[in-house]
Amino acid sequence: MSSPRIIWRKSLNFVMLTLTGVAAFAVVSVLFLILGYLIWNGGTSLSWNFFTQLPKPVGETGGGMANAIVGSLKLLFLAAVMGLPVGLLAGVYLAEFGGKTFSFIVRYTTDLLNGVPSIVIGIFAYSLVVLPVKHFSALAGGVALGIMVIPITVRSTEEFLRAVPGNMREAAMALGASKWKTIATVVLPAASGGILTGMLLALARVAGETAPLLFTAFGNRFWSHGWGQPIASLPVMIYTYAVAPYDDWHRQAWAAGLVLLALVLLSNLGARFILARSKAV
Amino acid sequence: MSAAATTIAHEVPPQAGPRAFLHRLRQGDEIAHLITLTFAALILLLTSMLVYELWRNSHLSRSAFGWAFFWTKVWDPNFDNFGAAPFIYGTLVTSAVALVLAVPLGLASAIFLSELAPRNISDVISFLIDLLAAVPSVIYGLLGIFIVVPLMRTTLGSLLINTVGNLPYVGALFRGPNYGVGFLTAGIVLAIMVVPFIISVSREVLLTVPREQREAAMALGATRWESTWQVVVPWARTGIMGSVFLALARALGETMAVTMVIGNAAAIKASLLAPGDTIASTIANQFTEATGDLYLSSLIELGLVLFLITFILNGLARILIVATERGGGRPA
Repeated sequence: MSSPRIIWRKSLNFVMLTLTGVAAFAVVSVLFLILGYLIWNGGTSLSWNFFTQLPKPVGETGGGMANAIVGSLKLLFLAAVMGLPVGLLAGVYLAEFGGKTFSFIVRYTTDLLNGVPSIVIGIFAYSLVVLPVKHFSALAGGVALGIMVIPITVRSTEEFLRAVPGNMREAAMALGASKWKTIATVVLPAASGGILTGMLLALARVAGETAPLLFTAFGNRFWSHGWGQPIASLPVMIYTYAVAPYDDWHRQAWAAGLVLLALVLLSNLGARFILARSKAV
Repeated sequence: MSAAATTIAHEVPPQAGPRAFLHRLRQGDEIAHLITLTFAALILLLTSMLVYELWRNSHLSRSAFGWAFFWTKVWDPNFDNFGAAPFIYGTLVTSAVALVLAVPLGLASAIFLSELAPRNISDVISFLIDLLAAVPSVIYGLLGIFIVVPLMRTTLGSLLINTVGNLPYVGALFRGPNYGVGFLTAGIVLAIMVVPFIISVSREVLLTVPREQREAAMALGATRWESTWQVVVPWARTGIMGSVFLALARALGETMAVTMVIGNAAAIKASLLAPGDTIASTIANQFTEATGDLYLSSLIELGLVLFLITFILNGLARILIVATERGGGRPA
């Protein structure tokens, strides 16, 4: 009944399907093993001092990264202030006002900007902000991160605005609302959950960026006052501490890695939560 | 009706009453249009400024080395002699290693998740994998330094040298001293980083393939694997290609994770176990230390090269996707 051909096909079927299962299992377990390793190492290295103290001078053990945590938040604030409004309004243009050719160009350029490696964005911010004043600053780091926020926000804003049903716009206009009033009071509120999610995801993404900060925000072992001084950030601290030869610094790097990971993953989860809720309503 | 109202309003700007109110509102439309247009144009301006700044600030290096920059194998800051060849080589090799490892694994996992695993398990796993795609690259670098590098130095490296290293042809890739850091280590870390992208996008695409396609293939007597490999995967190949390009673009431009594990040596070596450097890792390592103007300018030209590579890759991906779509039917 079963010819060699059938047996061959059936065994191939079995072997290949098993292999896909093995691959999935291997990938998932490797990914979670390394994350588990991070959580274990970070958790055992984390202490209260990490959140409250400044880095100790080289050679002394202990100390923390309070300045880097505040620094990361300051940089994120700058990125949000500079990047989010641009992204939002450009997204509104693409979804509600845009013509054909110009919108195509803007969309293409946005994708291009999104694909530019973060280190190249760093060079751009360096020549834009650092070169003229000849010193590293929080502002330069904020500009670099702000530029990276723009394309992500544009595309998510456009996408969620387009998902708003056309008859909602028509209903508002039939009641006599002008176009911008329709957008401001009907379309944007309807899409607000999605837009907020997109913004949060954009910020979560740049929160972990290191490369564009290396030669813009640079780093600082002390508190950075105002916006014109070099400033410490968690990702850059992780990098400098991880490649340094001191065991105590390695422990701190693990702790910082865990804090950064928690920050990024929690904002991702938060964003998904907002989206799920806004869909349910 | 609304068209008629528009014409009236434009012809005779009314002075008072509801008409005037409407008119002002319409002017508001124009302002809103203009404001949003400005911000859309700002994106164009930013991007052109980016290209311009890279071009302008790499002027010194471009006039000093010309096209030879691309094939000069020397990178010597002490004698102001700079060539990008070792870094272009390193970038291509690490990305190639990453794709060779990540594409089969990622595609197989995506097939498993979309075709075999029960839907709710598959959804949970994909949710977790999506979260992994959001993990910052410096964290992968941290894990690379403290897990992958020791693993390469103590076991995996010597294992490869003693087995694959003895084969003809392929063996040349796995010979020589084993430091733990190098092209292969960077490629492995990159593979770990891009696998979530490949799985996530490919699974989405595979799930959009209509159920009838699978049923038709099965009804013709195909095994599960045959229906998957000869019907479902070809149907989804555009999207799968897209995920591979996404992964490649990320691998080419990845900076931190690579910088931390590649060993930082401006050298072209046949062995994958040798330390090297990529374009991005060189910029990250040397930018703040660049003392001379020509040194800095050469680093910025490296940035320009990296930008052009990703630009071309983006274009290629688009052409490819358009071509596959125009190529008429989705089945191969």
